[in-house]
Amino acid sequence: MVIVTTPKKACAVNPLKMSQPIGGAFAFMGLRGAMPLLHGPQGCTSFGLTLFVRHFREPVPLQTTAMSEVTTVLGGYENVEQAILNIHNRAKPEIIGICSTGVTETNGDDVDAYIKLIREKHPQLDKLPLIYVSTPDFKDAFQDGWGKTVARMVEVLVEAPAAETVRNPAQVNVLPGCHLTPGDLDELRIIFEDFGLQPSFLPDLAGSLDGHIPDHFTATTIGGIGIDEVARMGRAGWTIAIGAQMRRAAEAMQEKTGVPFRLFERLCGLVPNDDFIAFLSEISGRPVPSRYRRQRGQLVDAMLDAHFQIGGRRLAIGAEPDLLFDLSSMLHEMGAQVTAAVTTTQSAVLEQIKTKEVQIGDLEDLEELARTRDCDLLITHSHGRQAATRLKIPFYRAGFPMFDRLGAGHQVSVGYRGTRNLIFEIANLVIADREANHAPTPDSWRSATLPSRGGRRSSIDAVERSIA
Amino acid sequence: MSSLPATVQDVFNEPGCAKNVTKSRAERNKGCTRQLQPGSAAGGCAFDGAKIALQPFTDVAHLVHGPIACEGNSWDNRGSASSGPNLWRTGFTTDLTETDIVFGGEKRLYKAIKQIIDKCDPPAIFVYQTCVPAMIGDDINAVCKAASQRFGTPVIPVNSPGFVGSKNLGNKLAGEALLEHVIGTQEPDYTTPYDINLIGEYNLSGELWQVKPLFDELGIRILCCIAGDGKYHEVASSHRARAAMMVCSRAMINVARKMEERYGIPFFEGSFYGIQDSSGALREIARLLVERGAPEDLIGRTEAVIAREEARARAAIEPYRPRFKGKKVLLMTGGVKSWSVVAALQEAGLELVGTSVKKSTKEDKERIKHLIGQDAHMIEDMTPREMHKMLKDAKADIMLSGGKSQFVALKAAMPWLDINQERCHAYMGYVGIVKLVEEIDKALFNPMWEQLRRPPPWDGRADDWQTKTTAQLDLQPIEIVADQTLTQKTPRARRICFCNTVDLGTIEDAIRSHNLTSVEAVTQHTQAVGGCCRRRIEDILAGRPISWWPATLQAAE
Repeated sequence: MVIVTTPKKACAVNPLKMSQPIGGAFAFMGLRGAMPLLHGPQGCTSFGLTLFVRHFREPVPLQTTAMSEVTTVLGGYENVEQAILNIHNRAKPEIIGICSTGVTETNGDDVDAYIKLIREKHPQLDKLPLIYVSTPDFKDAFQDGWGKTVARMVEVLVEAPAAETVRNPAQVNVLPGCHLTPGDLDELRIIFEDFGLQPSFLPDLAGSLDGHIPDHFTATTIGGIGIDEVARMGRAGWTIAIGAQMRRAAEAMQEKTGVPFRLFERLCGLVPNDDFIAFLSEISGRPVPSRYRRQRGQLVDAMLDAHFQIGGRRLAIGAEPDLLFDLSSMLHEMGAQVTAAVTTTQSAVLEQIKTKEVQIGDLEDLEELARTRDCDLLITHSHGRQAATRLKIPFYRAGFPMFDRLGAGHQVSVGYRGTRNLIFEIANLVIADREANHAPTPDSWRSATLPSRGGRRSSIDAVERSIA
Repeated sequence: MSSLPATVQDVFNEPGCAKNVTKSRAERNKGCTRQLQPGSAAGGCAFDGAKIALQPFTDVAHLVHGPIACEGNSWDNRGSASSGPNLWRTGFTTDLTETDIVFGGEKRLYKAIKQIIDKCDPPAIFVYQTCVPAMIGDDINAVCKAASQRFGTPVIPVNSPGFVGSKNLGNKLAGEALLEHVIGTQEPDYTTPYDINLIGEYNLSGELWQVKPLFDELGIRILCCIAGDGKYHEVASSHRARAAMMVCSRAMINVARKMEERYGIPFFEGSFYGIQDSSGALREIARLLVERGAPEDLIGRTEAVIAREEARARAAIEPYRPRFKGKKVLLMTGGVKSWSVVAALQEAGLELVGTSVKKSTKEDKERIKHLIGQDAHMIEDMTPREMHKMLKDAKADIMLSGGKSQFVALKAAMPWLDINQERCHAYMGYVGIVKLVEEIDKALFNPMWEQLRRPPPWDGRADDWQTKTTAQLDLQPIEIVADQTLTQKTPRARRICFCNTVDLGTIEDAIRSHNLTSVEAVTQHTQAVGGCCRRRIEDILAGRPISWWPATLQAAE
């Protein structure tokens, strides 16, 4: 049984968590022609924008209702109205997605009522979908904002099919969690298509934030799933949700359209992909293409090659629940011990993590745990860089944000092929670290005592593993 | 202690600001920030501005009192460099929860301050107020005062909740916090007649260190830099400086002016971007110091250093002149940089096709006119769309700007260089300008551009093939639904019998050509086994939708 502990400190040090509204805005970025709008002061948008731009190295649409001190006192109706009209006139979006922030939630702005009023006053907006999601900063975290927003999209945008509508069994709805990258979605799309299935990703970041070169300049998202396609999702044969955060959206879909869903809590690792591929084979009625039989073999071989490096590693990992579960499980299955696990928010998957204790906390907690428990592999987002330098252990960047390395959008962890490459990358980090920091010397074994359980890993240990 | 609205009003009345003195009284009271347009606003909030201005103090703990967004979304994102302490890069926040919003966050803030002092024992803590605690009435001034007295460590309230205004206002509010609580509270270990303050310099990418060796050579001591690579003790004792330079930014003009008023420290506004500006700044510093009693030989020594450095820099830039001949630059940056970099670019032989004057004053504009002639393209405000077009139409060969517009240039497959705060190279002083020219050269003559602009062999135009493909991909699912033949074609390839691999098409054709009515007949005419696929074949014969999913699977769900 995993014990989940909550923070008792008054001061969070080196936050792991990012706020809920930008998680919500992030989901809107996977819609075509969308303009995400944060209802709050301009800083909320500006910080989020900087974070996304530095992560993806792409232009990112994100607007603000620019609440000031005065408008906060008076209530935000006029700002929401002006923002919607301005965006409608200038950017001509196909949809505006609105997320609340700490300020407007503290104030108690009833944005749903505002929207109703705005629609009455401005009939020119009749055809423009406006989706509002309540995402206060002072509750929950990034992935919760994403999950809530996608569920809301399903409730508002998907059409309930008429009784006589014939389902298209080849059409599959895919609801990816925010821990999947555009690269992951591209990989999944190929897999679905190889089974003759037509996937509709909601949201589809691979369409909008994959780094393509558009011909003309637009202020909204370019690419992503169109709202017309979202509307038709009710005709699909199946919904596939990836990550526990998507359960809510998948249930909303089933309730509204009757499309059955299957939730894959993770898609990194051998067994989860076996289940996934077998399921696709079953629903498509096609045998597994030879490509995946080969890729499976390659993954098995990669696991054989890399278990020398990964087996026995003491992993310190800080990530949002779904990513934490995904990566830590895969490494656990290769013999690593999940020694320190820190996450941002409550989730059903935390109980399944292969460790004794998961802390909801910050990177200071992770660094301290990693130090006291002698971890020798660190996985977290880019903000872990300071901790990694101090701990002097190999550091694999995973999650959002990744602002100090290139290619964040194309880091793939799903599928046999994605898992295989991820394993190689982590194992190579370990090898590089051993060469740089743990090369044997004539004195390595002179003062060595046999390693006691939980004691600092001696160099003998490292050398033996390298020989093995 | 003045209230926040009073401080904001005071900042708006800044007499030292050239732009401000030309305004009428009524205009001035409105403040210098344009009214924000909901839905088309860009830029950071006052908290952002205050944090940017003070965060480069390296040995101070910066504690953000607010919900996770304010610090969690923004910490450790500045490129300032430190010569020692790294505490400034640690993110501290009270991470307010719903309970705190209901019951007030003051206790949590006090405990957070204690936690930091217990663990890190910094020389001071800066506490930043944000919107939500300001709304619920958390009195950070009182908490900071109580904590300072209790723990004996200066705890400085920085009252700049995001919603009071723009980033620029935040810079000034940060300055006010320094003036009110920090500057003049300590004494320097020793003083010299060569002590100066640099105000509004953030040591981004360590650029201050491109100039510091020259100061060292001349014996000029930077008593305090606000705030790049600054330390708490330095700013607390900065009132003993002999002169001050306001570096390339009016953001902290209130600090410079009030220090002149209170402590008699004369200041000038200067910049270290470009050869002429660097020389000008050094001359001015020397002049002010001598005026305040430094030995007169400083002026001669400074001139000697200037002559040497200018000659070196010019010699280093010279080889680029023929390469840059006829190359056109679009400069999209604000204020002082709009002209201070211009001179340097011209010296390297580049032609300037436009410069933005959005944040520039009247004098800035005069200087630009003087530098590039009457017909200079002074761009008041250019939308990204226009910038994109200008680059696409090759009216410019390279754009220099801040990070916000970088993708406008890059997505047009045009060379671009970051000259604002997020850049990774340092461009200050004589060394810096040579570096800038080098970087421009690298960007302009990268062989990559030619390949990028080449169309793929299977398409006429390079720039829209991807769009077309995407458009086609987007259309595909719609067609499949709409087109009857397509709808039928896709399932025809579907397997019905897995044991012998027989698809729907084969079975349908067999049924149609032989008028089959039973499963047994189908198995005779095709390879289908009729075992596990029996129900599916029955469905086909009955014209029903086929049950694609075996019962075992549905049970598993």
